[in-house]
Amino acid sequence: MSSSPHAAPVSGAGGDRLFGLATAGAAWLVLVLLACTAASMAWGGRLAFETFGWGFITSRDWDAVAGKFGALVPIYGTLVTSVLALLIAVPVSIGIALFLTDIAPRWLRRPIGIAVELLAAIPSIIYGMWGLFVFAPFMAAHVEPWLNDRLGPLPVIGAIFSGPPIGIGLLTASIVLGIMIIPFISAVARDVFNAVPASLKEAAVALGSTRWEILSRVTLPYTRSAIIGAIFLGLGRALGETMAVTFVLGNAHDLSVSLLMPSNSIAAAIANEFTEADTELYRSSLIALAFLLFVVTFLVLAAAKLMLMRIGRIHGRTH
Amino acid sequence: MKAMTLAVTATALLAAACGTKSGNQTAQPPAHSAQVTGAGSTFVYPVLSAWSADYAKQTGQAINYQSIGSGGGIAQVKAGTVDFGATDQPLASDELAQAGLAQFPIVVGGIVAVVNIPGLNSGQLRLTGPVLGDIYAGKIRKWTDQAITTLNPGVKLPNADIAVVHRSDGSGTTFNFTHYLSQVSPTWKNGPGEGKTVAWPTGVGGKGNEGVAGYVRQIPNSIGYVEYAYVAQNGMTYAQLQNAAGNFVSPGAQSFATAAESADWAGASDFNLVMTNAPGANAYPITATTFVLMPKQPRDKAKSDAAIAFFNYALDQGQGQANKLDYVPLPKALVQQIEKYIGATIK
Repeated sequence: MSSSPHAAPVSGAGGDRLFGLATAGAAWLVLVLLACTAASMAWGGRLAFETFGWGFITSRDWDAVAGKFGALVPIYGTLVTSVLALLIAVPVSIGIALFLTDIAPRWLRRPIGIAVELLAAIPSIIYGMWGLFVFAPFMAAHVEPWLNDRLGPLPVIGAIFSGPPIGIGLLTASIVLGIMIIPFISAVARDVFNAVPASLKEAAVALGSTRWEILSRVTLPYTRSAIIGAIFLGLGRALGETMAVTFVLGNAHDLSVSLLMPSNSIAAAIANEFTEADTELYRSSLIALAFLLFVVTFLVLAAAKLMLMRIGRIHGRTH
Repeated sequence: MKAMTLAVTATALLAAACGTKSGNQTAQPPAHSAQVTGAGSTFVYPVLSAWSADYAKQTGQAINYQSIGSGGGIAQVKAGTVDFGATDQPLASDELAQAGLAQFPIVVGGIVAVVNIPGLNSGQLRLTGPVLGDIYAGKIRKWTDQAITTLNPGVKLPNADIAVVHRSDGSGTTFNFTHYLSQVSPTWKNGPGEGKTVAWPTGVGGKGNEGVAGYVRQIPNSIGYVEYAYVAQNGMTYAQLQNAAGNFVSPGAQSFATAAESADWAGASDFNLVMTNAPGANAYPITATTFVLMPKQPRDKAKSDAAIAFFNYALDQGQGQANKLDYVPLPKALVQQIEKYIGATIK
């Protein structure tokens, strides 16, 4: 008659199982959706891949009249703007996080924190409009002529900084994108810096470390995987950003080394041209572009994971 | 507390009931039939929405138009999801026959070359079709190029690179512009050719007419092409173009109307005519027509008749509204030709 100490109440066990199923279902749903999206884009792009083969990735053409399409220019524009945006955003974000966790007086931390998070709430089209109406003229009037004059004539890097000062182009788009992804990286960085145990930092101070040494030897190694995760979150946002880039990148199917020249990105090309793509091949090329963006994002994330694993193996896992 | 909630709910319901009762009592002409839907060209959207607002006020018939682009309009009317489509690029007779569609023009507008050169006023700069083609092909790079200075002897032009602005999205405006360039410039015809999107050799792309206008306003020493409505509304500087008769004309209602009149509509089957490079003495060379597409044997006869009644209204009484929005109403002879065509083709 005595109930076994190991028998759980029946309703509890059922509830647990249901909960387990629901959460597993949600996780599997995400995986299935991802696989289906990738599959439908690959299927939609099959005509383009069949027609052009591997040449689709290496061709610079984009001629709707002649029916010749190539993904090189959009891929180039997407990668260049995203990488440059990261180069601009990462130091600034880490700096913001460090300032907010360590250096700022307590009364200042909340207002600045809120201001940075508000940056993330601004719609991307507002960034595009600000970029076009305020930032691009500033670049055209002050920054680009300076770059043309000072850095343009230099032997190797001069080609990267020469071009007509029209204000819109790879450089402007990269800066606007960088500003857009700062809140994503800095929010995660700030939370994760706060989570570093105070005892570790106090021990470093006791041994005579400077603030920079605490950051580079204690905080960053401890929060390594989270920071890299945040960086790739920002990169993912930058790779897919459409409206802001369309406004300030110039939408020109040109491949040029110079950062002052306009170019095109995958998301901007699709957004601009999809509604009027009247031939099967044109539509299929745009869907193939979407598939390639998916592939690029996947490759970048895989590289991030591999890098994390390698660092983990060399320096030991933190968590 | 509970009594308060009850009182508030009762008041709200009462107000709602009174509201609907009074709504039914205001004088409203009975709607003729269900809403007529259309989709297509963004070029014609401003004037179509003005016409449909006036028409609804007069007759109570609602017309719902979605400006999704000419390509979308053609696809949707072929699929039968809308009652009419609007396109800036006319379809050929065999394509119309295959899809069972009738096609007729509804309004005319002009595509204008706009520039942003400090110190230059509208109409001061003169360009010809071949020169415009070479600028867009990247062959003429500076404003002080000989080809431009010979056309503009007294005008002070900056010794700067020409910043070319074109469309980044596919558009009927681009089709008409590149069709004109293909007509007047053999290098353009053998190069990028004509189409809703082309492989532009140089320049930056703005999204929509608004995008091109925005870029031209922002970028100094730039040139772009926009619909005339955008020039007037944004106070932009336009250039004169040389027409087929050899005269330099400014864009405007008069020169567009002359082009529409001098075009050979009677000879075009199903009105399949692109009016660029019209022959008249004072005709503006780049004029564009928007065409309406409707099924010849409509599934819903009532809605088709309602749409035809709307277009007859627009053709007969819509001139004032069109003029106000800087479009050009069709010449009377063409209107008669269209009404005869509609009566004969759409059953």
